[in-house]
Amino acid sequence: MTAITRDEVMHLARLSRLELDESEIDTLAAQLGDILTAVAKVQEVAQGDIPPSSHALPLTNVHRPDEARPGLTPEQALAGAPAVEEQRFRVPRILGEEE
Amino acid sequence: MSDVISMTAAELGAAIAAGEVTSEQATTAYLDRIEAVDGDIGAFLHVGRASALAQARDVDARRAAGEELGPLAGVPVAHKDVFTTKDMPTTAASKMLEGWQPPYDATVTARLRQAGMVILGKTNMDEFAMGSSTENSAYQVTRNPWDTERVPGGSSGGSSAAVAAYEAPLATGTDTGGSIRQPAAMCGLVGAKPTYGGASRYGMIAFASSLDTPGPLARNILDAALLHEAFSGHDPRDSTSIDEPVPAVVEAARSGDIEGLRIGVVEELDNDSFQPGVRQRFHQTVELLESLGAKVVKVTCPNFETALSAFYLIAPSEASSNLARFDAMRYGLRVGDDGTRSAEEVMALTRAQGFGPEVKRRIMLGTHALSSGYHDAYYGNAQKVRTLVKRDFDAAFENVDVLVSPTTPTTAFPLGERVDDPMAMYLTDLCTIPANLAGNTSLSVPCGTDPEDGLPVGFQIMAPALADDRTYRVGAAVERALTERDGALPARSPYAVV
Repeated sequence: MTAITRDEVMHLARLSRLELDESEIDTLAAQLGDILTAVAKVQEVAQGDIPPSSHALPLTNVHRPDEARPGLTPEQALAGAPAVEEQRFRVPRILGEEE
Repeated sequence: MSDVISMTAAELGAAIAAGEVTSEQATTAYLDRIEAVDGDIGAFLHVGRASALAQARDVDARRAAGEELGPLAGVPVAHKDVFTTKDMPTTAASKMLEGWQPPYDATVTARLRQAGMVILGKTNMDEFAMGSSTENSAYQVTRNPWDTERVPGGSSGGSSAAVAAYEAPLATGTDTGGSIRQPAAMCGLVGAKPTYGGASRYGMIAFASSLDTPGPLARNILDAALLHEAFSGHDPRDSTSIDEPVPAVVEAARSGDIEGLRIGVVEELDNDSFQPGVRQRFHQTVELLESLGAKVVKVTCPNFETALSAFYLIAPSEASSNLARFDAMRYGLRVGDDGTRSAEEVMALTRAQGFGPEVKRRIMLGTHALSSGYHDAYYGNAQKVRTLVKRDFDAAFENVDVLVSPTTPTTAFPLGERVDDPMAMYLTDLCTIPANLAGNTSLSVPCGTDPEDGLPVGFQIMAPALADDRTYRVGAAVERALTERDGALPARSPYAVV
């Protein structure tokens, strides 16, 4: 049985950039614990010297010729932006007051 | 125009080519059909009447000008809302992308257009393709045309419901752990997961990049093969795309010859926890294939039992990384940008409101599986299991040409039954996941209905990478034998137009 504490859920939420409310923290603590318990079997099976597979294909270093190609215009690139200013993405402040 | 609706996609393409019906007439018939029944079904998130009719007229004009067009030119298709379309919104059924209009077409979208196909609209799905019932859509419920109190499967449930309700002759889907084959099985359709890399992921909103595969949904094997061929093939814009010819799936679908073919029944994917009627139809179909000249043996793939566990670590890990792009800065939703909050606070608030519960759960699970101190135990070991699953396939394919199993342990389940129990929902994908982990190809074909609940049962055929044609060959044999026995295609919903 793998238990996930509320503190661990809050830590993961911070890493995931997710603002969770109190009830979500409780629900996720229980559900993540259940899921991790159910999938813990990988630890028993994957004993010994087995190479990991990150991918189904043995592809490496797929390149394309380094040639200029048409891309999006600034208008197209900005068309879906939540906020635009002077042909740029406008974003909330990135640095804190003290920095 | 019910005769247009009742045609197969192959027949409709031929009728359009012969000048018996125009693409505009066919498209109008389907748009009217959607208007008539989609209130019951809820398959479409967006219907593009004007753009569809414009595409249809364009194909008709090209044909009138003497242009040589492919077998599906002028035929309408429903498109899963995970593929970008520059003339229609693309949301992946998430509030995060509500109203987003992509500036470019996915390769699959572009190839549908090149084939002269008419995109009717965008179909509902589980948010970001995470789910097995389409109940994780942020927008609407999609109902199974066989029983509107049941799920259509997922994540490509809008696509499967649309085709089963004759709102489209064909639909696209994507399959990460079974998201084409499982809804196909639950709606009585053919659904194929091509070999990983066989069809381009460019412009397909990513869930788990090492597993995601676009594929076709159709009411019969030949139609599925025609759509498979239309959008597959090498794409330099997807670095994992395979630079090989598309397997001869159409030829295989027309043949159906399985004389001497060696079929392995996977023991681990058939046990007494499965619904009895599913097992009954599965075993009858195996016997049928044997009577048609196939050699059937039992095969053991012991690591398939751990495949589900490995998948639910690998897929969320990749998802947690892929979905980091939804940062409220460049496109999509932004919440709380009132001048008092920092970028990071806006990001966290936006993601809290833009993502639904299952997406949050998977991001959190993936973040945990990749985080310092847990990476080796979870993600690392899951990757090792992935190697073991591949080895099981490789060993089995030394002795047999294809492996078979039921596509799903049960038929379509009631709406709401599994939404509060993530593990019960995940178990739906038990039989389909191994092929994704190995990158192999797999197809589900209807093999009748469960005698108890009357709902369709899917028969899964798995083959090695780039042997997609084998799955179509066996699927065609099943379809033909059942059609001959029953005098009609084996599975039709109450919404069928015949």
